[in-house]
Amino acid sequence: MLLSRVAERVYWQARYIERAENTARLLSVYSALLMDLPAGTKLGWHTLIQITGHEKVFAQRYKQANERNVIKFLLADCNNLSIVDMLAAARENARTTREIMPTEAFELINNLYYTARDNAESGVARGPRHELLEGFVADCQKIWGLLAGTMSRDDAYSFIRLGRSLERADMTTRIVDVGSSNLIPELEGEKRESEVREPYENILWMNVLKSQSAFQMYRQHVQHRVKGVEVVRYLLKDEQFPRSTAHNLTTLTKVLQKLPNNSKVKWQVDQARRLIRESDIDKLLRRGLLKYLDNVQKEIANVHFRIAETWFLSHK
Amino acid sequence: MRVNWKSYNPGKFFDELISSPGYARKPARKLASYLRSLNHEDLLQKKTASELAIKTMGISFTVYSDAGNIDREWPMDIIPRLIAASEWDQTSKGLEQRLKALNCFIHDIYNDQKILKDKVVPKELILDSGNFRKQCQGIKPKFNVWANICGTDLIKDGDGQFFVLEDNMRVPSGVSYMLENRRVTKRVFPELFESNYNIRPVTDYPAELFDMLASLSPRQVKYPSIAVLTPGVFNSAYFEHSYLAQRMGADLVEGGDLVVENDKVFMRTIDGLAPVDVIYRRIDDLFIDPSVFNKDSVLGVPGLFNAWVKGNVALANAPGAGVADDKIIYTYVPKIIKYYLDEDPILPNVPSYMCVDKKQRDHVLKNLDKLVVKPANESGGYGMLIGPQASKKELSEFARRIKSNPRNYMAQPLISLSTVPILGDRAVEPRHVDLRPFILQGNKSYVTPGGLSRVAMVKGSYVVNSSQGGGSKDTWIVEDF
Repeated sequence: MLLSRVAERVYWQARYIERAENTARLLSVYSALLMDLPAGTKLGWHTLIQITGHEKVFAQRYKQANERNVIKFLLADCNNLSIVDMLAAARENARTTREIMPTEAFELINNLYYTARDNAESGVARGPRHELLEGFVADCQKIWGLLAGTMSRDDAYSFIRLGRSLERADMTTRIVDVGSSNLIPELEGEKRESEVREPYENILWMNVLKSQSAFQMYRQHVQHRVKGVEVVRYLLKDEQFPRSTAHNLTTLTKVLQKLPNNSKVKWQVDQARRLIRESDIDKLLRRGLLKYLDNVQKEIANVHFRIAETWFLSHK
Repeated sequence: MRVNWKSYNPGKFFDELISSPGYARKPARKLASYLRSLNHEDLLQKKTASELAIKTMGISFTVYSDAGNIDREWPMDIIPRLIAASEWDQTSKGLEQRLKALNCFIHDIYNDQKILKDKVVPKELILDSGNFRKQCQGIKPKFNVWANICGTDLIKDGDGQFFVLEDNMRVPSGVSYMLENRRVTKRVFPELFESNYNIRPVTDYPAELFDMLASLSPRQVKYPSIAVLTPGVFNSAYFEHSYLAQRMGADLVEGGDLVVENDKVFMRTIDGLAPVDVIYRRIDDLFIDPSVFNKDSVLGVPGLFNAWVKGNVALANAPGAGVADDKIIYTYVPKIIKYYLDEDPILPNVPSYMCVDKKQRDHVLKNLDKLVVKPANESGGYGMLIGPQASKKELSEFARRIKSNPRNYMAQPLISLSTVPILGDRAVEPRHVDLRPFILQGNKSYVTPGGLSRVAMVKGSYVVNSSQGGGSKDTWIVEDF
């Protein structure tokens, strides 16, 4: 029997780890783009703040959304939104559920938090940033691997999967946001737009795929060169790729079968799945993709509310 | 830095490792020469390794301060403390005997009160005690045992003999650190475990605790449902609560996770309400049930006390067990042992003066600057006066307190606590130490081999409490050879 309070904590622990991992991935797309884009192209760093939904807090702290400020804000600041703070929250949830987790899992999370706390500031500079972000992603993957390899498939494990899949489904839509938002290059000088635009777009989408470790899988499974519409379709709708939104919503449905009193939550997941399944990406890419992604994020948020209302202590 | 036993000098105190500068006591000889063989880098590396292990393993405790609660890493000195098995076996018998007698006493107090009628213990001492719970009268917990888990503090005096300093029968803590200290030493000194010493393992404790708790279950089921009740994540001993739940495979619950319906206790799970049979409560009994005790408690569970009275759930320790944990009752323990077991106490008490007795009080007031004065029911070393180290102002303040409430105070001579070496920044240095073994009693008794050694890390200090800057040591019971 899993205590409601413990269910809530392991769920949030998983969400925070996944969110930290995806934030690291988001930052690394940007950092990779920096190096790949033609000289004279400016990146819209502010987009990262919009995508993660933190405009207000950011504006209170910084005047300018430049590289340094945005990276600092999402990586190291003390604001409950940075990677360091997410890992602190993950650690706190892990610390308070030690009785049901494999000991080694707590030790990994604990160490990851200390590494982040002690090194995050150094990642504000470009030099060490790449390695630092890659390290976060690898360490989060290690945690999932350890849990998969050592934890009983009990209710606590189900709540870890719920938290992780929900967060991942959501964060993937935000990564897609990066590709489709206002990344239209601001040109300097006399170059004509079409000269830069096409290679730029390809580089952009390739990096989006890479940030989700999806580039190779995409090449193998989509018999098509890297192209915006295919990438968006792959990341949102592909059932087989483990970081796609569709795959994670399906995982939610599967995990829910194992849990008691699941009907309301299942219904809500079905709403989100339908929204993904019935979308026409070609059409959306021409118009309305941002609005659509917003709606998907709202449906996913509703799944969370249903989960909380059904099983968590704080909602009883 | 190197370990040089010739320049290690504990002065007039009894040192547990050396008998005189340069000469190790018999059980410690291998340890002493091993430590001497390590060079500066080895020592530093081992010290760092232990600090890192503690950080990685998340062994922490919470310090309350004005700036909020801080989760601090557990302080441990890497040099183990050695106790010979033959000495320990005797001590262990004494601890079992003591707890057995104290449980007879508590049961008697809440039932027939024979010991009061026979005037072995004065009636007023009990009725005035802040730890006497009148609501517990007439109750008979399983095996007639009230204090199932006891942490007894032992000290060694100038001759190296163990004395009992106090019995903790409410919610004694520290056992998880005893277990974790051993894990750390195994990482740091694997070579000592392999061939040099035959060290008694401590890892059995969670299993022993689980069996004892299971034996208390009112329902006769194969797998009773056991929960550890914690005040929550901000409690200083939260690490331990979580640790023990994990090691026993029990649920760790807070008050809000439990609900009482028809005098039965349930926990809120994702499947709905699930029954609970045994609760290892780590909340002081005044806070376990706001409908009976402290009305403002948000930590407790309304109805829990009644569920226990009805025999539908077991509570360990039973509410009211603290009546024997009072520092004034302590002074009667030798008589209590004699009264119930008709045996002589195996472990001596530290000689004590009760301020409630006029003659003894006068002696205390006259010799205040030579004595240690303790209030009847404080723990963690709070509210104490150490006479020889106190200012004039503190002395007169305590004299005033004793006169206005003599029942609340007892005094003891300042015992010259034994010392053990710690690895300081530059050399090994002697520090004062005590020992808290843990004793279990259900249908049978169990004593941990050794216990938690607490060390005053400040030179000359007698304060070993971790909340006040004390450290700890792994304690080895080593077979004699």
